[in-house]
Amino acid sequence: MTRQAVAAGVSALALLTAAPALAEIKIGASLAVTGPAAFLGDPEAKTLEMLVEELNANGGINGEEVELILYDDGADPNKARTFATRLIEEDEVVAVIGGSSTGATMAMAPLFADYEIPFISLAGAVVIIDPVQEFVFKTPHTDRMACEKIFADITSRGMTKVGLISGTDGFGASMREQCLDVAPASGVEIVADESYGGSDSDMTPQLTNIAATEGIEAVVNPGFGQGPAVVTRNYAQLGIDLPFYQSHGVASDEFIKLAGDAANGLRLPATPLLIPDQLAEDDPQRQPVQDYIAAYEAAHGEKPSTFGGYAYDAFHLLVNAIERAGSTDPVEIRDALEATEGHAGVTGVYSFTPEDHMGLDLSAFRILEIKDGGWTPVEE
Amino acid sequence: MSELLQFLVSGITVGAIYAAIALGFTLIYNASGVVNFAQGEFVVIGGMTAAALIGAGVPVWIAAPLAVIAGMLVGVLLYRLAIRPAREAPLVSLIIITIGASIFLRGAMQAVFDKQIHRYDGFSGDAPLRVGGATILPQSLWIIGGSIAVFAFLAWFLNRTRAGRGIRATASNRMAAALVGINTGRAMNLSFALSAAIGALAGVLATPVTFTSYDVGVLMALKGFSATMLGGVGSPLGALAGGLLIGLIEAMTAGYISSDYKDASAFVVILLVLFLRPQGLFGARITERV
Repeated sequence: MTRQAVAAGVSALALLTAAPALAEIKIGASLAVTGPAAFLGDPEAKTLEMLVEELNANGGINGEEVELILYDDGADPNKARTFATRLIEEDEVVAVIGGSSTGATMAMAPLFADYEIPFISLAGAVVIIDPVQEFVFKTPHTDRMACEKIFADITSRGMTKVGLISGTDGFGASMREQCLDVAPASGVEIVADESYGGSDSDMTPQLTNIAATEGIEAVVNPGFGQGPAVVTRNYAQLGIDLPFYQSHGVASDEFIKLAGDAANGLRLPATPLLIPDQLAEDDPQRQPVQDYIAAYEAAHGEKPSTFGGYAYDAFHLLVNAIERAGSTDPVEIRDALEATEGHAGVTGVYSFTPEDHMGLDLSAFRILEIKDGGWTPVEE
Repeated sequence: MSELLQFLVSGITVGAIYAAIALGFTLIYNASGVVNFAQGEFVVIGGMTAAALIGAGVPVWIAAPLAVIAGMLVGVLLYRLAIRPAREAPLVSLIIITIGASIFLRGAMQAVFDKQIHRYDGFSGDAPLRVGGATILPQSLWIIGGSIAVFAFLAWFLNRTRAGRGIRATASNRMAAALVGINTGRAMNLSFALSAAIGALAGVLATPVTFTSYDVGVLMALKGFSATMLGGVGSPLGALAGGLLIGLIEAMTAGYISSDYKDASAFVVILLVLFLRPQGLFGARITERV
C-alpha cells in the first residue's frame, strides 16, 4: 500500500468518526438468507428490511431512528453463534431477532442470558421456549400445536382412528413424534404409522397399507417440501376417500400448484395469512394480515410467505416493547416484551407471560380446506 | 392380491426411473472408466428446463426435446471444459472432477432457474388407469417405455455401430484404440453428450411424477449409481435390471415390512450381491494382467 493510500484512508476514517453521532436504536438479526434454509431466511430478511425502512419513514421509535444490522448465517449454528457475539459485543444492539432454524437458534440462545439482551427466535421447535429462558422468545407456533389443532378438527367430525404418513426429514419426524405424543390427550387413536424419505417419488405402497387398515377414519401427513405433494397425488391416484390432512409445513400456494386437483378437499392448519380477504371484519388479525401483504407486495412484487410473517410479528412485538419501555435498556425492553398482552400479529394474537415465551394458543391456527384450487376457512 | 399388484406397479415405476439414470452412468463408464457423479445434475437440468419452458407456454412436444438438447450441451461442455483438459490425470482425479462439476452445476441451476420445486402435467394427462384393482399413472407408462427404449438403443449402439464400438474400444485401452485409428477424443465427446442426453430424458419423463428442484440430483445419482453397481457397471442390461430390482425391493419392503426399512433393504441386497458377485449381476468379470 502506498503512503498516499494510507493517508487517504486515515483521513477518511477521521471524517467518519467526526460525523455527529445520531441517536439510533440498533436491532440485530442473524438469519439464514442463503443456504439450505434460505426459503425461511430470505423472506424473513426481506420483511425486516422493509419494516425498518417503513418505520424510519414514519419517524422511528419515539423519534429515534432504527438501524438493522443483519448477518447471513446460512443456517450454520457455528456462524450464528459468531454473529450473535458480534452483534452483542461490537455492534452493541439492544435486541436480536433471528435464528431461522432451530439449530442456529439453540446455538445463540445461551449468549443472551449471559449478556442480558432480549432475543426473538423465528424457528419452530418447542425446545426453544420449553423450558423457558429469561431472555429468549419466539413467534412461530410449534408442531405440537399443529397436531392438536388437526386432531381437534378430526374429533369434531366424529372420528377417532387416524393413520399417519410422515416424512423422515427433520420437520416430518419431529411433528410425527409430537402427534403420537398428543394423540391420547386429544382423544385420537393412531392406527397406522408409515413413513417415506424426503425425495421419494412414489408412496402408493404405504398409502395402500394405510387405506387397508381396519377401522381407519382419517389420514394425516406431517411433512415438508415435495413429499406431501407426492403423497397427495398418490392419495388421489389410489382413490382413497378418507378425510385427508396436511400440516402447516405446506401451507402455501406453491403446494396447491404442485399437488394440483388432487389437493381439493384436504384440510390443514395454517395462519390467516393465506386467507386475507376471508377474515371476519372484526377479526383482530385482519388488519395486520392485510397491511403486511400490501406492504410486501408493494416492496417485492410477490406474495409474502408464512415465514416472513414470523419476522413481521417479531419486529412489531419488539418495536412495541421498546415504545412501551420508553427506554433502550435491553433489560427494560425484555420486561416490556414479557408484559405483551393481546398483540395481534399475522401469525396469531400474542400474550407473553413469564411462563410462556411464545404466547400463542390454538386459535392462531385456522383449519383451511382446499376447494377449487383455493383456500377456504372451515367453520368451527 | 390387488395390494401386491399395486406394490408391483409402484416398484416398476420407481425402478424405471432408477434404470434410466443408471443407463446414463453406463455409457460414460463404458467410454472412459469414469463414474460421472454429475449424472444426477443432468436429470435435474432436463426436468428444470422442461418445467421452465412449459411454464413459459411452450408445448410439451417442443419443450421435451429442447430440454434433452440442453442437457446434451451441458454434457459436452462438461467434457470440453473439465474432463478433456485433465485427460492425462489418473482416473480418481477425473471422478473427483465430476463431483466438483456436480456441485458447480447445482449452484448454477439455483442462479439460472430458482430454488422452487417444479412439475408439469403428465404427457397423457394425470387421470390414473385401473389395472385389475391397482392404479397406474399414464406417465409411469411413458417412464417405463422410455427406459426400455434407451436400453434398446444403447444395446444396439454399443454393439452394432462403429461409433459405439469405438467407445468401447476407447474404454478398454485408449492407446491401443488410438493406434488402430479410432478417434478417442471424439468417442469420449460422444459418450458425454449421449449420457447427458439420457440423463436429461430421464428428468423430462420423471418430473411429472417425482417433481424436480435444483438439489434433487445428488439423491437421484445415488439411486442410479446403486442400480448400476447392482446390475454390473458398464452393462446396459445390468443397469435396466438393477434399477427395476431396487425399485421393486423398495416397494415390497414398504408394502409388506415397514417403510422405515425401505432404503436399508435395498442396500442390504446390493451388499449381498457385491459380496457374492463383485462384478454385479450382469457385469463382465475383468481379469487384469499385471
